[in-house]
Amino acid sequence: MDEAAILASRWQFAFTIVYHYLFPQLTMGLALLLVILKTLYLRKGDEIYNKAARFWGKIFAITFIMGVVTGIPMEFQFGTNWSAFSEFAGGIIAQTIAMEGAFAFFLESAFLGIFLFGERRFGQRVHWFSSLMIFLGTWASAYFILTANAWMQNPVGYETLPDGNLGIDNYWAVLLNPWVFIQFMHTQGGAVVTGAFVMAGLGAYYLLARQHQSYGRLFVRLGLIVAVIASLWQLFVSGDQEGRQVTDKQPVKLAAMEGLFKTESGAGIVILGQPNVEEQTLDNQIVVPGVLSFLTYQSWSAEVQGLDAFPREDWPDNIPLVYYSYHIMVGLGTIFVAITVIATFLLWRRKLFESRWMLWILMLAMPFPFIANTGGWLTAELGRQPWLVYGLFRTHEGASPLVSSGNVLFTLIGFAGMYLIMGLLYFVLMVREVAHGPEAEDEQQEMPQGQGQTT
Amino acid sequence: MDTIWFILVAFMLTVYVLLDGFDLGAGAIHPFIAKDDRERRIVLRAIGPVWDGNEVWIIAAAGTLFFAFPVLYATSFSGFYLPLIIVLWLLIIRGLSIELRQHIDNPLWATFWDATFFIGSSLLAVLYGVALGNVVRGVPLDADGNFFQALWTNFSPTNPNPGILDWYTILTGLLALSVLVGHGASFIAVKTENELNARARRTTRLAWFATILLTVPTTVATFYLRPEMLSSFSQRPWGIILPALALGGLASMGYFSLRGWDKATFLSSGAYILGMMASTIFAIYPNVLPAVDPANSLTIYDAATSRYGQTVGLVWWIIGMALAITYFVLVYRLFRGKVNLEDEGY
Repeated sequence: MDEAAILASRWQFAFTIVYHYLFPQLTMGLALLLVILKTLYLRKGDEIYNKAARFWGKIFAITFIMGVVTGIPMEFQFGTNWSAFSEFAGGIIAQTIAMEGAFAFFLESAFLGIFLFGERRFGQRVHWFSSLMIFLGTWASAYFILTANAWMQNPVGYETLPDGNLGIDNYWAVLLNPWVFIQFMHTQGGAVVTGAFVMAGLGAYYLLARQHQSYGRLFVRLGLIVAVIASLWQLFVSGDQEGRQVTDKQPVKLAAMEGLFKTESGAGIVILGQPNVEEQTLDNQIVVPGVLSFLTYQSWSAEVQGLDAFPREDWPDNIPLVYYSYHIMVGLGTIFVAITVIATFLLWRRKLFESRWMLWILMLAMPFPFIANTGGWLTAELGRQPWLVYGLFRTHEGASPLVSSGNVLFTLIGFAGMYLIMGLLYFVLMVREVAHGPEAEDEQQEMPQGQGQTT
Repeated sequence: MDTIWFILVAFMLTVYVLLDGFDLGAGAIHPFIAKDDRERRIVLRAIGPVWDGNEVWIIAAAGTLFFAFPVLYATSFSGFYLPLIIVLWLLIIRGLSIELRQHIDNPLWATFWDATFFIGSSLLAVLYGVALGNVVRGVPLDADGNFFQALWTNFSPTNPNPGILDWYTILTGLLALSVLVGHGASFIAVKTENELNARARRTTRLAWFATILLTVPTTVATFYLRPEMLSSFSQRPWGIILPALALGGLASMGYFSLRGWDKATFLSSGAYILGMMASTIFAIYPNVLPAVDPANSLTIYDAATSRYGQTVGLVWWIIGMALAITYFVLVYRLFRGKVNLEDEGY
């Protein structure tokens, strides 16, 4: 198979999936926050919650549509660019991909229509219910697609068919793959971190700019409380579980993540350092001894396998990127915990809204959860290399045999150009929505029909 | 069981064409029937709450195709690489057009998205027709069961290495455009009043006429290029009810359209589409991807996944589709009636 075509297909998939996932992580987080806002409104009856829900509903809707249109290419690329893999594993992973359509996408699209167009027509209870269904739909969608990914990380419940391809052998084993539970907890936690940081960051902006201050306080308070819970959850429960799972099932990925070239007893955790694959060392390292052994095996002196324990052809093909992605994710996650714990303390002491330095930090923190989530996924996926299906099927076997590198480069450049423009449009629309603020909806509704009303 | 899944996938694709077909058609005609910003917003509002759900059918159909017939999915998607990626780009542009137009109240912004909505919708309608034309004509599958088609070669469907576009597939593309224009126009007629309604009805009649003009040569060309498709009907004569449904739909579409019965016109257009899709699918069975060299054609038996996979799939598929249809009935009932711009939405 043509190496250049495989590389181009890998770039295209990586680029389109990284770009795509910027949007669902925000919508999945916001979906939860929307349910909270609508519930607060129904229970307390204060109009501010409902206006806040409408405002975030608009942000949600624009983000959601970006997620939808960038998501369709993901499903299609399995067939267009990875046809050999699709033939091999389609009988299994496509079960849950098809279930995502049947159980999640239909649900989301139906209730998003009701949520966006039906508040006045169908009343508050239906509106609340549709926000709940959107939340369930987005999270169910995540579960199904993660099952497909989890199977590629940890293949279970399959059989080899006479033609050499795989068929599903145990449906429940695939759907309830132990890998997916931990992955789901960690991915959804990450999405909540993103949504909550965006809400708190925008609230901080309103407070700093002295606009819409009552909304600013609501967004900071709600965003922060959710962010602190989610950030701690990412570190202590789901992140820790994720680490143990990788140690257990994919030790070579763990070694690449940690930049551990040589097997060590009492291995230390790397705070800083650059992996040097040629020399098989870590340059400029700052290492806290024993911690890695403790975190992975709960013993300060346990032996942790380094890359040298595995045959070279099973090493991830881009060790530095796995290492950096992982360290960026963990580093940012730690910073999120620090920021949110301090800010929550200030909130509890009723000093947060006057502490402009903290509001600045919350505002500027907004982009970083996106980077942390991306780093996490790069770790998971690049760390799975050189396998497409871990231990069963290598990446270079998976590409479409007759699709040339020139054709893939053509479409990759097309996607890149298109996504650049879409990113700019999205940014412009977000800036406008933020500038309009949560009160804008009412001003427009009071205007006589036809005069500048946006519908 | 292979046949059941063939029918279920075909069913999902047909539902997709029936549903997304009318919002594609609405996009293809809206610059012509909607004269000002208010009317264009009415057209968009008519499809606003439903277009995304309609489009989910293609995602769900592709997913179902993927698991029920992995080999077919892999072969056809990689073979149709370029046109499929272009379809993806058009779907992206079109989805953004519908959703983003309303967010900035500026005439240039609106005009830009109206143009992209029109271009995306009409090209998609043509490309879907071209795609179906390619499947009917056959693709240059090699002995390993792979192919890769250029966008065009010499525009001849009898070329051993035909392109995506040749005179036959262009013909099917134009037929699809006129069918979906009629479908979309009759839907807009159902959802609107006054002049907009009158213009939508006029467009429906024009499209109906164009569809008749295009159906005849397309059908003749199909049986000329693929005489074996006729034998499906002689072997299983009951299948003749499918083209009869298409003809009946076309006739009643004309009748109701002249009478000004909008809903009946729309439903007749749907019956025509259903009849045509079902006839085509019936005629190529048991092939799923006919090849230029018939010996290499992909059949349902070569392409299917394991029996166990098909069986468990059937269980959740029935539950999932029952839920999906419930949502659709709910949403279409909730948003029934003429479009009213005074209702909120954001």
